[in-house]
Amino acid sequence: MSDLNKMKNIIIEKTLKLDCGKEISNFPLAYETYGNLNEKKDNAILIFHALTGDQYASGINPITKKEGWWNYAVGPGKSFDTDKFFVICANVIGGCMGSYGPGTIDPLTNKPIGTNFPVITINDMVNAQYNLLDYLKIEKLFAVAGGSMGGMQVLQFVSNFPNKARVALPIACTSSHSAQNIAFNELGRQAIMSDSNWKEGSYDEKSTNPDKGLAVARMAAHITYLSKQGLQEKFGRNLQERSDLKFGFDADFQIESYLRYQGSVFVDRFDANSYLYITRAMDYFDLTKQFGGNLSKAFKDTKTKFFIISFTSDWLYPTSENKDIVIALNAIGADVGFVEIKTDKGHDSFLLDVPDFLSTIKNYLNTTYSNINERRI
Amino acid sequence: MKEEFKVISKFIQEKSRVLDVGCGDGILMEYLSKNKVVDVRGLEISKEKVKKCLSNGLAVIEGDAENDLKQFPDLSFDYVILSQTLQAFMSPENVIENLLRVGKKVIVTIPNFGHWKVRLDLLLKGEMPVTNNLPYQWYNTPNLHMCTIQDFYNFCNNKRVNIYKSISLNGEKISNITTSNLKYKNLISELGIFLLEK
Repeated sequence: MSDLNKMKNIIIEKTLKLDCGKEISNFPLAYETYGNLNEKKDNAILIFHALTGDQYASGINPITKKEGWWNYAVGPGKSFDTDKFFVICANVIGGCMGSYGPGTIDPLTNKPIGTNFPVITINDMVNAQYNLLDYLKIEKLFAVAGGSMGGMQVLQFVSNFPNKARVALPIACTSSHSAQNIAFNELGRQAIMSDSNWKEGSYDEKSTNPDKGLAVARMAAHITYLSKQGLQEKFGRNLQERSDLKFGFDADFQIESYLRYQGSVFVDRFDANSYLYITRAMDYFDLTKQFGGNLSKAFKDTKTKFFIISFTSDWLYPTSENKDIVIALNAIGADVGFVEIKTDKGHDSFLLDVPDFLSTIKNYLNTTYSNINERRI
Repeated sequence: MKEEFKVISKFIQEKSRVLDVGCGDGILMEYLSKNKVVDVRGLEISKEKVKKCLSNGLAVIEGDAENDLKQFPDLSFDYVILSQTLQAFMSPENVIENLLRVGKKVIVTIPNFGHWKVRLDLLLKGEMPVTNNLPYQWYNTPNLHMCTIQDFYNFCNNKRVNIYKSISLNGEKISNITTSNLKYKNLISELGIFLLEK
């Protein structure tokens, strides 16, 4: 309980009109910050987390006691150098780490909201987080950054709030969720919903969770985060603590054991209903359609500097989809940099120790920050 | 090559939008940014070089000029620069056409294969020339389509491309190329720098 008390959050009183038509107000948004806001208030970076992330990007997550999800990138002397920058990260609405989500207790029933929670979108997530900037009294962000669903939020944020950020770093993402990605998300949702413990979303979090369904969802998703080559090199056909096949359905292969482990640890930290809601939000993301099929219009008159990064072995959000964003930005003469980082670590690359990736971001941010300051003087 | 950058920089007017195609490490981009008030972008095929550029805060995108110039709208830049890379393309003809579509003006520099040392190498040794500017052997050269200053003149004439200015570079010596001294400049220039318009 003491850890939960340490959790920073704000109550957003203002009414937020959601894309689904419903309105929410007086809802909590949990967040964490790293580093210090300087006097000029020009060193703030808002980081958006991906599907299963939370506000604890750096250091040790006080709830799970594990390393923050972007510990490789965020911290003193790291890519997002917290000795220099003030890094803010909020748990998305729909999430399960203190922000308003399906696990939030409804005061009327004293039970989790469950599937009475409204279907939310990336746009809703970003609009909710904007309130945090008002609360922290940040007029202009130095940067917004995020990978995967975090990257989608970057694009949506820059589109919704033009010139609120000087730099935008959408990483390994897309402007329009592909059929393949929707298909994988649907697979995950079906796994959860076909678990008899799901009970139409009204499971009691303390006793019977749809753990099996959620674990299968995570296992399937985890495969999509890795590359074929990466899996082959790491596991091959290696057997798990046995010298030969057992002619049964236990985990004979290391890869099976690894996936089972990934599934089992995930259910301890994540809520099944949150998984449904957040994957839905990703599926609904189509910034191109929002602007009548012309993505360039999403960034009309932008003065933000964009730096887009993709990874060679990422087949979930492939380079081609990241490049579509580059093309849309070039079409309107926006300031855009783009590089595809070579790695066999798949979509997960943005979360891992990929030195080329981490150092390029670090140098880009540091140089750009000092260039902006020089020009202002 | 500093002189080349000086010449290019002189061609470019203040407050213009510039695209450096095949920008390499971004040295020219940095030179232009320091010496002029310009909005300069780069396109580069090598990942390593793109990372270097981005690390220096330059707006560079990884891409191949033969495929990725398509994404830039017509006349979206005041100047498009192609410094010593024309000879490396599969289809220099298409690239030039695309440069002239994207840029209001185009600056092309070419290592001159008509230089006397190059001619002498082939004439006396009977071997493919290897010089300071063109240090590769025939079997490992990235230069697929070498040309001379004369060739480039002929190409522009055939394609009805207007050569607005042309400059010869020989060591540190900078001089104008005209139709009357073309034969001579084609013999003594190491590099030709051209300002083109459609």
